[in-house]
Amino acid sequence: MFEILQYQFFQNALIISVLASLAAGIIGTYIVVKRMSLISGSIAHAAFGGLGISYFLGINPLAGGTVFSLLSAFSIAFFRKSAGNRLDTLLSFLWATGMAIGLVFIFLTPGYATDLFTYLFGNILLVSEVDLFMILLLDMVILSTVFLMFNSFLSVTFDEEYSETRNMPVTLVDMILFGLIALTVVATIRVVGIVLMIAILTIPAASAQLFHKTVKGIMITSSAITLFATVTGLFVSYYFDFTAGPIIVLIISFIYLLSILVSRPGVFSFFSSHFSFHVDQKVK
Amino acid sequence: MVREEIIRLENVSFSYGQKEFLKDINLSIYKDDFLGIIGPNGGGKTTLLKLVLGLLKPKKGKIRVFGKTPKEGRESIGYFSQFKDIDFDFPITAFEIVLLSRVGKKLFKRYTRQDKEAAEKALKDLGIWHLRDNKLSELSGGEKQRVFIARALANEPEVLLLDEPMSNLDMHIQEEFYGILRQLNKKISIVLVDHDLEMLSKHAKEIVCVNKCNTHTIRYHDIDELKMREICNV
Repeated sequence: MFEILQYQFFQNALIISVLASLAAGIIGTYIVVKRMSLISGSIAHAAFGGLGISYFLGINPLAGGTVFSLLSAFSIAFFRKSAGNRLDTLLSFLWATGMAIGLVFIFLTPGYATDLFTYLFGNILLVSEVDLFMILLLDMVILSTVFLMFNSFLSVTFDEEYSETRNMPVTLVDMILFGLIALTVVATIRVVGIVLMIAILTIPAASAQLFHKTVKGIMITSSAITLFATVTGLFVSYYFDFTAGPIIVLIISFIYLLSILVSRPGVFSFFSSHFSFHVDQKVK
Repeated sequence: MVREEIIRLENVSFSYGQKEFLKDINLSIYKDDFLGIIGPNGGGKTTLLKLVLGLLKPKKGKIRVFGKTPKEGRESIGYFSQFKDIDFDFPITAFEIVLLSRVGKKLFKRYTRQDKEAAEKALKDLGIWHLRDNKLSELSGGEKQRVFIARALANEPEVLLLDEPMSNLDMHIQEEFYGILRQLNKKISIVLVDHDLEMLSKHAKEIVCVNKCNTHTIRYHDIDELKMREICNV
């Protein structure tokens, strides 16, 4: 059944799976431990604006997507503190406006229907060489930055105020981390698309978190979970002629449910322990 | 004997928005001090520490930390904050938390052997070296507090600023904590914020009351507790 591996397009898809899984597993860990899933969702949907514009202009969609997702990530990092409780308004604004811009430009371009579907839900089997090269570049930036700045990221995500008292340039570190979220969004658009992206950025890391004490451990396991899901999704997609994105997300979700069952003795105690945790916090 | 002044606040005022919070505060903190800061809830104790750390800017007045601005001088401060913004579910071990005090301003920080030794010493000073590989969420309340005090110590500060390190602790653990702090006080100055006057007056060398518009420095030997309560309004 593996004769498919000889084909260039399938090899490309496999390479993309590895690259996207590493980026999503590692950056997704930060998104989960710092509870930034809505922020990442917002950056992903804002990227759609850039995709639409570059599609209209006839340049590589990932290029425009990178510009838009970086701009939205930096504006969130910059306004996050001053926005305070209004942060969700800013996130909704970027989320919906990005989608609207993207849709307008895609509708303005003839023959939009199939491509629209590709960006929204991903199509890993339709990856060009240029895309592959771009995603490789993004991955190199993401992985090397995390390797170099691991301790700074840990410090800022764990305790921002304390990091500031140690004279760490907190806003700069935040900007860089948010920038990496933006790049991860672009690196995974081809795999699951914009609408389902929030799943691969958060659910594998949330599953891995149940089994690990440290950020490093979560990164490794969550990358492995994502890789397993993408590769399985890829094969299912090819042999059953089905879009891979939803399959990948369903595998990830299934692993999450399984992780909860394995890590806790019984679902009921899981819910009750979480409930009592929240009560504890209020008392403090 | 002339005492060496390490932190100085001169006519410092601070307000959140329109509301005046601290007014014309004058306070000197000296080397080898064990200074207790007390005052009613919402009286500005935490705000005072944050001003010294340069986390907040005074509306007027001057703050010097080791003769420098708060942002320059805070390198030599070890800070223990209230846990309000800490996520106890965060996947991090006790040793990693303590090491964070050594990251400093370097973006690409790698821990050196000195960093690890300093973290080890801080954990041992607090008697929790055996808990180093425990995840934060696995630690009890008192153990968590020790980890965060160890973090404040691990950057080898000249002064510790501790914001309510005794809250939610049993009486006998508090006594034990004060014992550790008095031991540390032989080498570093300590400023401790609390609202328990009885415990503070037992262990601190001096006590300052902070209540929005006034501060009083009292040598606790000179005055009985009742009088102090009256002045401090607690």
